[in-house]
Amino acid sequence: MFDSLGDRLQGIVKRLKGKGRLTEADVDEVMGEIRTALLEADVNIGVVRDVVARIREQAIGATVSDALDPSQQIVKIVNAELVAMLGGETLKITYASQPPTVVLMAGLQGSGKTTSAAKLARWFKSQGRQPLLVGADLQRPAAVEQLRTLGNQISVPVFSEPGDPVATARRGLDEAKRLGKDVVIVDTAGRLAIDEEMMRQVADISSTVKPNYTFLVVDAMTGQDAVSVADAFHQRLSIDGVILSKLDGDARGGAALSVKTVIGRPIAFAATGEKIDAFEQFHPDRMAGRILGMGDMLTLIEQAEKVFEQDKAEEAAQRMLEGQFTLEDFLEQLQQLKKMGPLSGIMGMLPGMPKEMKDAQIGDDQVKVTEAIIRSMTLEERRDPGIINGSRRTRIAKGSGTEVADINRLVKQFTEMQKMMKRMGGLAKPQGKGGKGKPGKINKRQAMQQLGDMMGGQGGFPGFPGPGGLGAPGAPGGMPPFFK
Amino acid sequence: MLASSAINIGIPAAVLLVVIAGAIFAQRRSRSAKNGPAVAPASVDETLASSKVSPTEPSHAGPGPDNANRVLDGGADSETFAPVRVSDEEPAGEDTLVAGADEEPEVPSVRGKAGRTRSLFASAFQSIRGRGALDATAWEELEETLLRADIGIGLTTRLLDPMRAAAKAGTIRTPDDAINALRDAMTAQLATTDRSLHLDAEQKPNVWLFVGVNGVGKTTTIGKIGTAQTALGTTVLMAAGDTFRAAAAEQLLVWAQRCGASYVRGAEGGDPASVIFDGIQSASAKGIDLVLGDTAGRLQNKSNLMEELKKVRRVAAKAEGTVNEVLLVIDATTGQNGLSQAREFAAATDVTGVVLTKLDGSAKGGIVFAIETELGIPVKLVGLGEGAHDLVAFDPAEYVSALFE
Repeated sequence: MFDSLGDRLQGIVKRLKGKGRLTEADVDEVMGEIRTALLEADVNIGVVRDVVARIREQAIGATVSDALDPSQQIVKIVNAELVAMLGGETLKITYASQPPTVVLMAGLQGSGKTTSAAKLARWFKSQGRQPLLVGADLQRPAAVEQLRTLGNQISVPVFSEPGDPVATARRGLDEAKRLGKDVVIVDTAGRLAIDEEMMRQVADISSTVKPNYTFLVVDAMTGQDAVSVADAFHQRLSIDGVILSKLDGDARGGAALSVKTVIGRPIAFAATGEKIDAFEQFHPDRMAGRILGMGDMLTLIEQAEKVFEQDKAEEAAQRMLEGQFTLEDFLEQLQQLKKMGPLSGIMGMLPGMPKEMKDAQIGDDQVKVTEAIIRSMTLEERRDPGIINGSRRTRIAKGSGTEVADINRLVKQFTEMQKMMKRMGGLAKPQGKGGKGKPGKINKRQAMQQLGDMMGGQGGFPGFPGPGGLGAPGAPGGMPPFFK
Repeated sequence: MLASSAINIGIPAAVLLVVIAGAIFAQRRSRSAKNGPAVAPASVDETLASSKVSPTEPSHAGPGPDNANRVLDGGADSETFAPVRVSDEEPAGEDTLVAGADEEPEVPSVRGKAGRTRSLFASAFQSIRGRGALDATAWEELEETLLRADIGIGLTTRLLDPMRAAAKAGTIRTPDDAINALRDAMTAQLATTDRSLHLDAEQKPNVWLFVGVNGVGKTTTIGKIGTAQTALGTTVLMAAGDTFRAAAAEQLLVWAQRCGASYVRGAEGGDPASVIFDGIQSASAKGIDLVLGDTAGRLQNKSNLMEELKKVRRVAAKAEGTVNEVLLVIDATTGQNGLSQAREFAAATDVTGVVLTKLDGSAKGGIVFAIETELGIPVKLVGLGEGAHDLVAFDPAEYVSALFE
């Protein structure tokens, strides 16, 4: 959809190469791209202005002093800035000394309050608490039924009665005390921030139940308006934290950054799926990469963790780095990979993936062809493609319904990949330029860990080879080195 | 012949992923060995768990009369589901919904409802006009105003660049010139002529499907359209194709009862396509004019759910009715993701129009400009509140002037 910030900067940086130092106009151009990337991610324009100013300051200082690839460096600066803005203090839930701890949910219509209320109840339950859900959304038809159904699914009782939402909330609180529940979550009707009457009503509910925590539920797909909405709710209710809903979509989620900046309250939780347990505490580092369109490596990893058999994958990767990876291993891993869904979807999540690669439609039937070729090989051939001669080639092509040229291409590419992986495995220190010359004796496991640190480490993307890190495949000479 | 790009991309990508996966495991293992199990990601089992539909189709996947689907008959002969009017407001003027005819005082207008918050554009333009001259700050303010309305940086640039050129050429001189030129340019972006909802008496039952992401207001929109259409004398059946969200069918039932529409639902978690199919068949048997098909909200990047929606669309076409509207419901607060929504839903279901909901809030819904210009999907209706009558035909001129005044 949108180009990532990395893609955007790549073009500029190419032109700037060899320029020695950046002029003010160059920096302006780079800042323009950052601004566009942030705006496309729905970061509020006011917030964008501030962020860009801060990044500009850092970028000017940095470009002079360092010889590293400036586009990577800028992405790193932007990323660090966003993480700092999104992060800061995380919300630590403390429980009321006099139970129950009262939580109030508020937000616009359709932002996901009812679902989030139930997910939050489940979360409290997993923390060893005994929550009660109170349905004070008497506005939307069947909202209470929805809450009851969800409550049933997670075995959390739901209290509600028709009539007045303020009275319902109060009696819900009484009910919790009577039942000895230690957490009460009050779901309220969705309302527009500019609807005076409805805003007064939720303020009344708030002053009646005196919540320990008031959460604003914000849809990750929200645009520029997120800020005015959050501001209005914050003025009325004093928000303690934000629940970011529908984060499993493909929205960049700039609203999160905007809201956090404007009301100065942390994003406490994020809903990452429709299932009731798809709800977790918020990770600012992931969000930064996402806003920049740098791929969602961590989500990818989590998906991989679910489908790959851990030991086998680890072993395969290690063999790969040692250059001992065979077509047979590859076939096996391909089966696992297929479980993760369409290949194009997976590729989209990889950061720094060249645009032409992302845009290419990779049909899974194409993967099937690759599979067919390997399956038409004997075990020996899979282990050592070097033995594949003319007559073997013809046989394999016939067996897999392909052409001899296809077999050649596959074998050639596989061999090149193998070499490349071996080279990667030989890199002792990824940040250095060495590696090509002297593989030396290094701990393969350690190399892999370094690689892992770089890709999925706690810090998100800093240090990840930026745009161009992963080269265009199939080019003569194979892929460019993984690390610059 | 095999597409060579297949192997080109497949192998490096796959190998890379394998390495990454292995590396991550190794790293995790070493870290957890150091730090204890606390670093184990809490979400491991959750990310993929969002799928509503297992790869294998539900048992009653095939279209066809499914006895699990309960058919409730509304209308005068049913006591339980007799028309109940919940609003004391007369349905007069509801014909604006389809015909855009005469304006009754009760009919909400974009100008009136959205006018409550029009201060954004109005105050910005006032400040720009007040500058007297078209300086850099004035251009910046113009740009910012458009961005704040979620029009998007791409379209904003495309709107302003020709104006800047015109200013250089001297055809735009004052801030007033600029604002007028902008208004014209924005109106011109919304140049689709046919925004009507197609209802053909010859092709009974007509089928209108409603699609969109979660929480945009699909069910509420169906309720409002049902209210408007029954008031016009059209017989309506509502099919509760949202079998996923808890109590979605109940929510639709309330609306059906309110406006006296017939109603079909299926089992919770059942196959939505078969519910829609049954709804159309039932409407056909009873001679009902219009079927309003609800679907579960789904995020457009969930390929399995989009497949499910494609199936709904396919199966609906096989029933004895005519699918002549597939309406994509977009929330006015939606930012730039709205374009991705429109693109994906259009690809899956041949969307015929957009319903822009919640325009009575402070959001401007500017993403519809991009949807209409880039994808050619016309905005047909605008939602202006939760009441049964708060849905009106989209009028581009009115919408643009509401932004400007």
